[in-house]
Amino acid sequence: MASPAIHINNLQKTYVVSERESGIKAALQSLIRRRTTKVQAVDGISFDVTPGEIVGFLGPNGAGKTTTLKMLSGLLHPTAGDVSVLGFVPSKRDKAFLRQITLVMGQRNELYWDIPAVDSFELNRAIYRIPQPEYRRMLDELTELLELEPLLRKPVRNLSLGERMKCEIAAALLHKPNVVFLDEPTIGLDVTMQRRIRSFIAEYNRRFGATVLLTSHYMADVEALCKRVIVIHHGKLLFDGDLANLVQKFTAHKTIVVQLEDLNADLSHYGEVVSLEDGHYTVRVPKSDTAHITERLLADLPVVDLLVEDPPIEEVIERVFAQEAS
Amino acid sequence: MRGFAELYLQQFKTTFASMVQYRASLIIWMISHVLEPVVYLIVWSAVAATEGGSVGNFTPHEFAAYFIVLMLVNHVTYTWIMYEFEYRVREGTFSAALLKPVHPIHSDIADNISSKLVTLPLMLLIALGLVPLFHPQLAPPLWAITAAIPALVLAFGVRFLLEWTLAQSAFWVTRVGAINQVYFVLVLFLSGQIAPLTLFPSPVQLLATILPFRWMIGFPVELLLGRLSPVQAVEGLGVQLVWLMIGFALFRIVWRAGIRVYSAVGA
Repeated sequence: MASPAIHINNLQKTYVVSERESGIKAALQSLIRRRTTKVQAVDGISFDVTPGEIVGFLGPNGAGKTTTLKMLSGLLHPTAGDVSVLGFVPSKRDKAFLRQITLVMGQRNELYWDIPAVDSFELNRAIYRIPQPEYRRMLDELTELLELEPLLRKPVRNLSLGERMKCEIAAALLHKPNVVFLDEPTIGLDVTMQRRIRSFIAEYNRRFGATVLLTSHYMADVEALCKRVIVIHHGKLLFDGDLANLVQKFTAHKTIVVQLEDLNADLSHYGEVVSLEDGHYTVRVPKSDTAHITERLLADLPVVDLLVEDPPIEEVIERVFAQEAS
Repeated sequence: MRGFAELYLQQFKTTFASMVQYRASLIIWMISHVLEPVVYLIVWSAVAATEGGSVGNFTPHEFAAYFIVLMLVNHVTYTWIMYEFEYRVREGTFSAALLKPVHPIHSDIADNISSKLVTLPLMLLIALGLVPLFHPQLAPPLWAITAAIPALVLAFGVRFLLEWTLAQSAFWVTRVGAINQVYFVLVLFLSGQIAPLTLFPSPVQLLATILPFRWMIGFPVELLLGRLSPVQAVEGLGVQLVWLMIGFALFRIVWRAGIRVYSAVGA
């Protein structure tokens, strides 16, 4: 088996933060003595990612996702544990390592504000020492995939958020990185733009065989792109495996959507009625009883239509986090 | 080597394109660079006039020459890194630079030189414009002009490295304003900016010679005014070279420590 593109073992990161009470007295006290506390942002995470894999990295705000990505890209030193990306120790920031990775953050802008994006691209070409023909080819490819043509020559400050994000992503990928870290690449974008960026990531992965580790708040991103997901919460690993298994593991329920002519039927003795809209009753039932209850519904009622589904992935994730918190 | 030439060339283009977008702020910035030395020049000329024609060994016309040359030397060696660094660290834009396979100082050097290439011709024009107003008395020997070229390059190098090193205090301190303020006062008095160093009491002159500030600004000015002997010029270039090496060593040490701090607290 090929060696993993990303390997982390018992990774930990502790931040030391100074804190103080509000008010003038506390402010004066903090001049003399700083009170510090330790925050365990990442608490013993281990996983491997094989080359060419797209992995979704999930967790609520403050779960430690960004901290982990920063350790993987060499911006942060781990407090403890092993990290290896493409055989390099990221925190050493070896030039050969930096040439092969990229980190795209939703809020980060590395494009120069006042000049057209293509000028910033040229600067990146020089920084990464990309040979001219290779640069041209890659730029053409990215321009085509992300539909950048009308944007390249406009000053970046005149672009919309979505247009700028596309240019940021292109700038981050010109050097054809083998490992791509994406931190909320679709944040704040409209649905069409999200979809375009999503399909671009899939295409980039397919075309160049790049390893992609992606965090997102939009489950649609994860569902579309990632077969495998890693879920962390409070810096700890909760789940690592197929997206389908995540649903299996964390849900003991299915939902049955029943359409009836009768708008006032009482279905509460079949299961928990979650919602009712235009005669569409959504009923939550224990997974093991699904077949049995479906049968009864069809027998008892004049059913127009019936649909059995897994609960939406958002709901599953929400449930996972809620369980952990309580 | 070719890679670096390419990088610098691209940075030139980028800086140039960004600069021409902000003509108004460029002009305001340049006015401040002209106004300060002109104010000192007027004050010192007035003092010289009341003192019976000269202060120390400077006549009003020699003061004019001193401050006009100083204006140009200061412009050539000036950096704005100490203002920028804090912003970079606080806003996290530094992280983007750290992900690049090139040390961030390179883009700063290229950025500085390229913006000077744009502004220096304008500053020279302004200096020429000041000549009929203040009648500077300036006749440096040819060797001094020749020696001033490496002196200027070294002065720029020393100032750049020291200020880049000092700017890194932003890794440790959230607000570096106070540190900057102390530094600017030291530069003002000990580099020859507020007055020629020979007008200060000898302990101050000694201090100015030991510390790096004179070698960043005052020394090339004195050279161009023809106030140094060839021996003093060579000695001065030697001292500049030593400071350049010290600056480089400090820059390396502080960078290593600073990066460790930066990557510990979170970018």
